[in-house]
Amino acid sequence: MAMNIRNYMRIEFPSLPENVSFARASVGAFAAQLDCTLEEIEEVKLVVSEAVSNCIIHAYDNRSNEKIMVMASIGLERELEILVEDTGKGIADISQAMEPTYSSDETRMGMGFTFMKSFMDNVEVRSIVGEGTSVTLRRTFLYHDKEALA
Amino acid sequence: MRIECKQVRSTLVVKLSGEFDMMIADKLRREIDSRLESKQITNLIINLEKVTFIDSSGLGVIIGRYKKISSQKGHMYIVGASASVEKILTFSGINKLIPIYKNEQDIINI
Repeated sequence: MAMNIRNYMRIEFPSLPENVSFARASVGAFAAQLDCTLEEIEEVKLVVSEAVSNCIIHAYDNRSNEKIMVMASIGLERELEILVEDTGKGIADISQAMEPTYSSDETRMGMGFTFMKSFMDNVEVRSIVGEGTSVTLRRTFLYHDKEALA
Repeated sequence: MRIECKQVRSTLVVKLSGEFDMMIADKLRREIDSRLESKQITNLIINLEKVTFIDSSGLGVIIGRYKKISSQKGHMYIVGASASVEKILTFSGINKLIPIYKNEQDIINI
């Protein structure tokens, strides 16, 4: 998707659990520029939380001294694109990783990608085993007057 | 995130406040499990009244405790979820397994 970028942000932080809330709050505050609803901001925060938690738990096996990069950009047509990148162990079978699994890992519900797919228009995962994973999340927000007419 | 626990007869009431993500998930899991093992507890109430955010890590703790409680033939309830938290609970299907009530009094009245 070619997007004319109006604004962007980029943050980088170690894979500490406390940075999950830092990342979602940062992207949530940035996305607020789209003048979307609070509910939409909550959904953006949720998908960032899921993507960053995945980096810590799966890519880095809970090691806290690794690097996570989060970038977000806003396009001229109210598009939001979020990129979450790690340099962790990578995903061998991406389609399997994206399936909802209720019990594979007791620590979470296995719904991370389900939330990402449900609350965003498009989710793209690129991964190289041993090198890392990048997750790109895209969503175009409606204009509120259009929503009201719909 | 704050965790407050109280025991009322055979029921453990866990009151949470703040954001329920991986930062608190492990601590809460250990806290609840140690109480479930050491005390005569069969039922669990999770009070989410003051929880402003929940993600898969939080849902994982809830579903894991549900499995434990239900395997011991106990009952589990969720109370006080805000609209945004309840949306996620419903989306995950947890509401089909664990009844959600407005407040603790509603459970006592059933």
